[in-house]
Amino acid sequence: MNRFVTLCHKELLRFFKVSFQTVGAPVLTTLLYLVIFGHALEGRLEVYPGLRYSAFLVPGLVMMSVLQNAFANSSSSLIQSKITGNIVFVLLSPISYGEFFAAYITASVVRGLVVGLCVLAVGAAFVSLPLHAPLWALAFALLGAALLGSLGLVAAVVSDKIDQVAAFQNFAIVPLTFLSGVFYSIHTLPPFWQRLSHANPFFYLVDGFRYGFFGASDFPPAASLAIVFASLLAVSSATLLLLRSGYKLRY
Amino acid sequence: MQKRYGALRALAGVSLEVEEGEFFGLLGPNGAGKTTLINVIAGLARADSGEARVLGADVRADYRRARRMLGVVPQELVFDPFFTVRETLRLQSGYYGLRANDAWIDEVMHHLDLTAKADANMRSLSGGMKRRVLVAQALVHKPPVIVLDEPTAGVDVELRQGLWQFVRRMNREGHSIVLTTHYLEEAETHCSRIAMLKEGRVVALDTTRNLLGSFSGLELRLHIDRAALPAGMPGRVVAADGGEFRVRLANYLELEEALAGLRQAGVAIREMEVHPPDLEEVFLRLTGRSS
Repeated sequence: MNRFVTLCHKELLRFFKVSFQTVGAPVLTTLLYLVIFGHALEGRLEVYPGLRYSAFLVPGLVMMSVLQNAFANSSSSLIQSKITGNIVFVLLSPISYGEFFAAYITASVVRGLVVGLCVLAVGAAFVSLPLHAPLWALAFALLGAALLGSLGLVAAVVSDKIDQVAAFQNFAIVPLTFLSGVFYSIHTLPPFWQRLSHANPFFYLVDGFRYGFFGASDFPPAASLAIVFASLLAVSSATLLLLRSGYKLRY
Repeated sequence: MQKRYGALRALAGVSLEVEEGEFFGLLGPNGAGKTTLINVIAGLARADSGEARVLGADVRADYRRARRMLGVVPQELVFDPFFTVRETLRLQSGYYGLRANDAWIDEVMHHLDLTAKADANMRSLSGGMKRRVLVAQALVHKPPVIVLDEPTAGVDVELRQGLWQFVRRMNREGHSIVLTTHYLEEAETHCSRIAMLKEGRVVALDTTRNLLGSFSGLELRLHIDRAALPAGMPGRVVAADGGEFRVRLANYLELEEALAGLRQAGVAIREMEVHPPDLEEVFLRLTGRSS
């Protein structure tokens, strides 16, 4: 227990010590999305009856920052440790791969939620938001952050260079989050793109999270939760197997 | 134990045992497999075949126990730039499940002369200081077995002395020490037993005394007032340059004969040095680089 707590504590310290960059910067970026897209599209789009576009946008942006920051936390921490070599301090210790996994995921979830809450607080200052079912929102945020934290670990384990992790982020995570319905309801899409969106696991995260605020969603929230949970189970099992094998960690 | 990295055979069947409480030296040229061997023991690498045990604990099946009994000072100068020296040592203690470890951390820092830098960020430390922190990190959990992989590479003389004093003390208190080094005089001074590795194999494994004994002999270095040594000098000339000669002799009796020969021939000695056998000599001969 103590080993896990220490590694988790170290991972949390790592991002809190540079919180200007790890929390401040993503909050500013999201605020810019809100201001620009909100301004450009306000009054032109009405996704749910009676709901302002900028209000619709805020939960999507919150979820996007939760996901991107959870991924960034585990992936950047592990790849930096691998490149600088200080990962040996953990590898030399009796920390098990399960404890290692749990500590990195916990830190990713905390970072995702901290950034998400900050974005939510800033968004709520601009538009008034209902909170229909907060526990649903929290459940999706937690599972989403854990899922992306786990993906971040995979990306960092298989990569040898920071560019490779960045490629994973820029060519997989960012497109998947942008195309998950953060900025629009997938019902406004042509049928082909609607079907394709259903293949994107991030869609269920954003849609389910939004249900927590408005009580309305494109897909039944319980089914979304089940899909998200199953994805998390699959990805974390794969990550644990990868860590247990020692692939690119213990040569 | 065997280990390959692609086409490279890093360990081609190494088998050896270090006794409890021993100060053991692992010597060999670059690429001999010393670090690979240590990495397998430490769990940083996995052997293709064979097994490694630390005080009876298998490094894979019983890794928790094995790693708790092992403290490794890695060769690379690695550090985490986010933390101070004290934070680094507290985190390292926590990785071993130790919570209230400040008394020992203070003692280790004191012996390694780190106390003044306790609250300095790792990034701000000089190379020598970072090396001390690495040593301290390996010792936070008071491991019964301590592995030092080239601990004095790039370290100033003062630290070297302090470090050896501390390591010898740990050894006297019962800790087993395994040392790899390029500085043969360090191995000669501290190690009671030595394994020499070459191309992933053990080419010699014996007490330091026996190793030196098996390559007995002296080297006489002379600077005389003429260009050739008198005829009938004992020993074998291994180098000659103008009036300077290096002559290998079997023992001190030959040295006496050599000096007598020089006197009879009326040769004036300008400078003279006598070198007893050293590990350098043994090392070079065993690894096939001797002249």
